[in-house]
Amino acid sequence: MIQTFPKGGIHPAEDKFAAGIPIRVLPLPKTVNIPVSQHIGAPSEPLVAKGDKVKTGQLIAKSNGFVSTNIHSSVTGTVTKVDKMMDSSGYKRMAISIDAEEDQWEEGIDTSKTLNRKISATGDEIIRKILDAGIVGLGGATFPSHIKLSVPRGKKAEVLIINGVECEPCLTSDHRLMLEKGEELMVGIQLLMKALNVKRALIGIENNKPDAIRHLSSLASDYEGTEVKTLQIKYPQGAEKQLVKALIKREVPSGKLPIDVGTVVHNIGTAFAVYEAVQKNKPLIERVITVTGKKIESPSNFMVRIGTLVSDLVEAAGGLPDDTGKIINGGPMMGKALKTADVPVTKGTSGILIVPSDESRRKPVLNCVRCAKCVSICPMGLEPYLLQAATEFKKWDLVENERALDCMECGSCSYICPSGRPLLDYIRLGKSTVSKIIRSRKQ
Amino acid sequence: MDKLITVSPSPHAYGDDSVKRLMYGVVYALVPAFIISLYFFGIGALIVTAISIVSCMAFEYLIQKYLMNARPSITDGSALVTGLLLAFNLPTNLPWWIIIIGALVAIGVGKMSFGGLGTNPFNPALVGRVFLFISFPAQMTSWPEPVVSRLQYTDAATGATPLGVVKEGLNAGVPMSQLLEQIPGYMELFIGHMHGCLGEISALALIAGGIYMLAKKIITWHIPVSIFLSVFVFTGILWLINPYDNAGPLFHLVTGGLVLGAVYMATDYVTSPMVPKGMWIYGIGIGVITVAIRVWGAYPEGVSFAILIMNAFVPLINKYVKPERFGEEVKNG
Repeated sequence: MIQTFPKGGIHPAEDKFAAGIPIRVLPLPKTVNIPVSQHIGAPSEPLVAKGDKVKTGQLIAKSNGFVSTNIHSSVTGTVTKVDKMMDSSGYKRMAISIDAEEDQWEEGIDTSKTLNRKISATGDEIIRKILDAGIVGLGGATFPSHIKLSVPRGKKAEVLIINGVECEPCLTSDHRLMLEKGEELMVGIQLLMKALNVKRALIGIENNKPDAIRHLSSLASDYEGTEVKTLQIKYPQGAEKQLVKALIKREVPSGKLPIDVGTVVHNIGTAFAVYEAVQKNKPLIERVITVTGKKIESPSNFMVRIGTLVSDLVEAAGGLPDDTGKIINGGPMMGKALKTADVPVTKGTSGILIVPSDESRRKPVLNCVRCAKCVSICPMGLEPYLLQAATEFKKWDLVENERALDCMECGSCSYICPSGRPLLDYIRLGKSTVSKIIRSRKQ
Repeated sequence: MDKLITVSPSPHAYGDDSVKRLMYGVVYALVPAFIISLYFFGIGALIVTAISIVSCMAFEYLIQKYLMNARPSITDGSALVTGLLLAFNLPTNLPWWIIIIGALVAIGVGKMSFGGLGTNPFNPALVGRVFLFISFPAQMTSWPEPVVSRLQYTDAATGATPLGVVKEGLNAGVPMSQLLEQIPGYMELFIGHMHGCLGEISALALIAGGIYMLAKKIITWHIPVSIFLSVFVFTGILWLINPYDNAGPLFHLVTGGLVLGAVYMATDYVTSPMVPKGMWIYGIGIGVITVAIRVWGAYPEGVSFAILIMNAFVPLINKYVKPERFGEEVKNG
């Protein structure tokens, strides 16, 4: 039976132009800018200074606190700058700039393509390796993965969920990874299962990727406890809570995490990175990124070194089209619009989307006609129209009581609104204001 | 980079729904009922509809432009829908000047005095209709004979609606079985061969349009179904208790303005609840009030009043009936 989450959801145009294009390795960039904050949590602490020589895979910034992680050089070369540089947020933040030469890998990293199925590491060793390798959630949230695997005392994981949904339109990086690195993924999943000490893993894939479902299903039969589940196409099924609901019918309560209902969710990309880190001793210095758009010459999936400039990446896909209205880091629903293409890709970059100018402008804003479409599609069961109005009139109590903080900013409400109202923009403002109020209350 | 690009928060993709598309969807859905009306009432249906639409759109334009100093938004189709629905609620022999008064009240009082589209608490077309109904009771309750002459307008021969026949008959002590002989059979009632307002007669055409609106996701099923169900159950109970003095549930479903009201008027976005559970409360309220007016009230028909009364409860319903939140309670299935 094809499963899905029951409440809300939308069906935006998929536009997965690069789904049939195999992953190509992007030629080494001349320069990389590696931000020290590519994850949720404390920025890493730089270990190198201007003029230092670094090798590919060398640790250049170390984890700085519990919620933090390591960062490695993605190229071999000379550090030219350790300073504030503009990143994808549009702000200037600390980053390490390296001029690249020919690749020379740090010792101990296995760069061969041979598949290593034999798992020798213990659970704790796996988690240690994941932290050492600087792995974060590659679905886009970039939460340090080792923390998710360290199950708090008193809680127990029963099943591992692997997110192969890729419900975000246009993006195809996870899809290609599933098709081309299936075996490695399976081993990565075994490693995650061992780290969590669970016997069962479910891989959720939407049925717009039948080839990936077939491929992984046939591989899964060789791995005990691993099962591929076909999911109905619906956005935002890749959202953690929705995926948990779709696969194991459990609702993660408001303000809680999947571990509270006995599961941990990891992305396909993360599982692959875990395989490379544990079996190949290779830190997270590259990832698959989709470069796509209606006007782009050749939509592609690239294996890209972290820190490569977006402009280099777009160049490799045929260059920035004349008709460019927006450059988006991520997909059309949750991606962030970039101020310029001269910013680096990070661990959380799953795609670069070029939107033509006629699709970059918003519709004129009309009165709310109370059609209730936003209420019916909200996957969290909220009332976006009400949160919007409450924020507009600064009724912060109402914003809080109507559970604005449950909103995960999937954008379905703004997408569906026939009056073109900026619902999510207001809800974000409401959320951040209410968060501030709650913090000040605690002090 | 020398080119300016747009930077805005997500989402960057938008659906193709627009208020205009939704409003015109309602207009298309009403076309079959209008054609049936043309067949039964002829030229009168055309004249009344044209006057109503033109005057509603003209009043909206004039009020927005000269009273509200706002940019007129008549192209969004909402005034067109109000005009059409107002016409559908009028007899086809209504003099032109009464229609214009109705349009002025509908748009001016029902809609614009509250600030325009999206802010009116009551269904504008019904505000117009009920105003006329109370102000011009004689003209508003003389219904032309279906298919006598298609070329007559205000001079058409008139008669009573099936609901009127039943109400008057029962008041006079005539048993239900005799009354049923005076009105057409169920099949004819369903197709629309009866006295009545312009657009309310054909349940068949109205339901066809309703299915179109459901398929196009213009409305949801909750409000019409809850109204039909509550009317069916309520009149069914009354009929079972006393079949001599009460018409059966099927009769109540196909006569009067019930289908028009349930599918097109009660589902008006602005004046109906936001959450399915609230829609049920609202729909059941409309059904119960309609039957109460029809059976015990002074008027033979009560759909308009029922919808307006429940419109008044909508803000309250929206305040207290909340959608089922995700993760409200731990559900381990």
